[in-house]
Amino acid sequence: MTTMTATLIDTIACAAARAWQGDGEVLATGIGVLPRLAASLAMKSVNPDLMMTDSEAWLLSEPAPLGPRGDYVLQRETWMGFARIFDNVWSGRRHAMVAPTQIDRHGQANISMIGKDYGKPAVQMLGVRGFPGNSISHANSFFVPNHNRKVFVEGEVDMVASIGYNPARLPRGYQLDDIALRYVITNLCVMDFGGPGRQMRIISLHPGVTAQQVRDATGFPLHIPDHIPETAAPSCDELALIAQLDPHNLRATVLS
Amino acid sequence: MDKQTTAQEVVARLQDGMTIGIGGWGPRRKPMALVRELLRSPVKDLTVVAYGGADVGMLCAAGKVKKLVFAFVSLDFIPLEPYFRAARQQGAIDVMEIDEGMLLLGLKAAAMRIPFIPTAVGLGTDVLRHNPDLAVIDSPYDSKQWVAMPALKLDAALLHVDRADVRGVCQVKGPDLYMDDLFARAARHTYVSCDELVDSAYFAQGDEARYVHWERAATTAVVHAPGGAHPTSCAPLYGFDQAHFKHYAAGAREPDGWRQYHERYIACGEQEYLRRVGGIDAIRKLALPVF
Repeated sequence: MTTMTATLIDTIACAAARAWQGDGEVLATGIGVLPRLAASLAMKSVNPDLMMTDSEAWLLSEPAPLGPRGDYVLQRETWMGFARIFDNVWSGRRHAMVAPTQIDRHGQANISMIGKDYGKPAVQMLGVRGFPGNSISHANSFFVPNHNRKVFVEGEVDMVASIGYNPARLPRGYQLDDIALRYVITNLCVMDFGGPGRQMRIISLHPGVTAQQVRDATGFPLHIPDHIPETAAPSCDELALIAQLDPHNLRATVLS
Repeated sequence: MDKQTTAQEVVARLQDGMTIGIGGWGPRRKPMALVRELLRSPVKDLTVVAYGGADVGMLCAAGKVKKLVFAFVSLDFIPLEPYFRAARQQGAIDVMEIDEGMLLLGLKAAAMRIPFIPTAVGLGTDVLRHNPDLAVIDSPYDSKQWVAMPALKLDAALLHVDRADVRGVCQVKGPDLYMDDLFARAARHTYVSCDELVDSAYFAQGDEARYVHWERAATTAVVHAPGGAHPTSCAPLYGFDQAHFKHYAAGAREPDGWRQYHERYIACGEQEYLRRVGGIDAIRKLALPVF
């Protein structure tokens, strides 16, 4: 059942939540408002076995609402300081959704710097953070709030912070199957790496978006199936959960 | 043994060209009183190893950093550290940019006094391309490649804790130790500032000793510095000072913003610093952040 009040961001949140469906008992990490909301929604709907942190130092038995919590009491179950996060990362029992500044055709991603001169970046960003370790250790998905050719770059990303499906960079002894890039959720569509030779592929288009629009906004060729469904609208239950998990409507600014 | 000293005495033991590790994480529990004293000193050409925040930004702004070993530099609620960013975009510093977990392993290797720890982290990424000294090795046990993350040996580590005694027993009650225990063990000399200086009997009460995360032999000296993490947080004692960080970051957009910040908050000395940011009572009232 659907309702007329579903906005695009609610539809995206539900599509993103489904990234964790079937993952079993893994740590779901969403970096940023929408990925965190999606991970929380997944734990409350498609995968109740997920583990989640309070974005500080504790695992919670239920996701904490975003923003100021009022009387809400965190439902802590395990201490989980940063050092222990790496124990979890290296175990492989995690699926993270992150929002890179650049992504290329191989699914290699960048949050470090922009520019051709590494010694003197045109734009210095965060640094590689945990991208190298995440990408070689566990499943990863991406969220892109503004699908365009600056994000989905034509060549390789300026700084390959996370390993992707690039045979030229595959370490000796590794198979492409050892890397787990799952979904790319954008403001236009949902994609995966299910095209020929792990080509990025459109699997659903958000309402009113055409495949041509996505193609025009992407710096490399995508696999475009003959029939692409529309991204499913949220159910009433999902909308109620979203309202509960994001009571201050922080998601309203994600696409602006 | 009485290890109590002053921030000035700690900085007097630091020399040009040293490798200095700084504890904490982003805007959290940074030894800022010690960093400010370092900023007041002539010490330069440092290699800084940190999960970086304004500590790294300020040292970059002051021209103290020759090389930075880092995975990120961020104030979190202000994602990009403005002075670190400027230093990079001017090509002013050398960098060893590695994964957060590689940094952990490098400190761990130094703490264990072994030359490296093998890891898959970094494989297939430009971390290897931009750090040609990072060796990729064969394993005696399988046919895969492994990154040999080298020990990050520190000449000195600067840390801030909730409380300590003069023998160097250090307590962190905040929910996250970050990698401070590894910094303490990776360094030849570990200098710790504390919000509260307590008698040794304090740790015998209840379960207070459970919050002591390294043994005192790993602490070289202790500095009593109330509010010494400000403007970063020292949970559960105080949160980070968002207004101060906003003011600091806004200054980076002005041509002489750092000079003004330095004049107002660094050059004045630590007692006057505390007065200018509202005093220890105001710092203790800073709310802990909610994410």
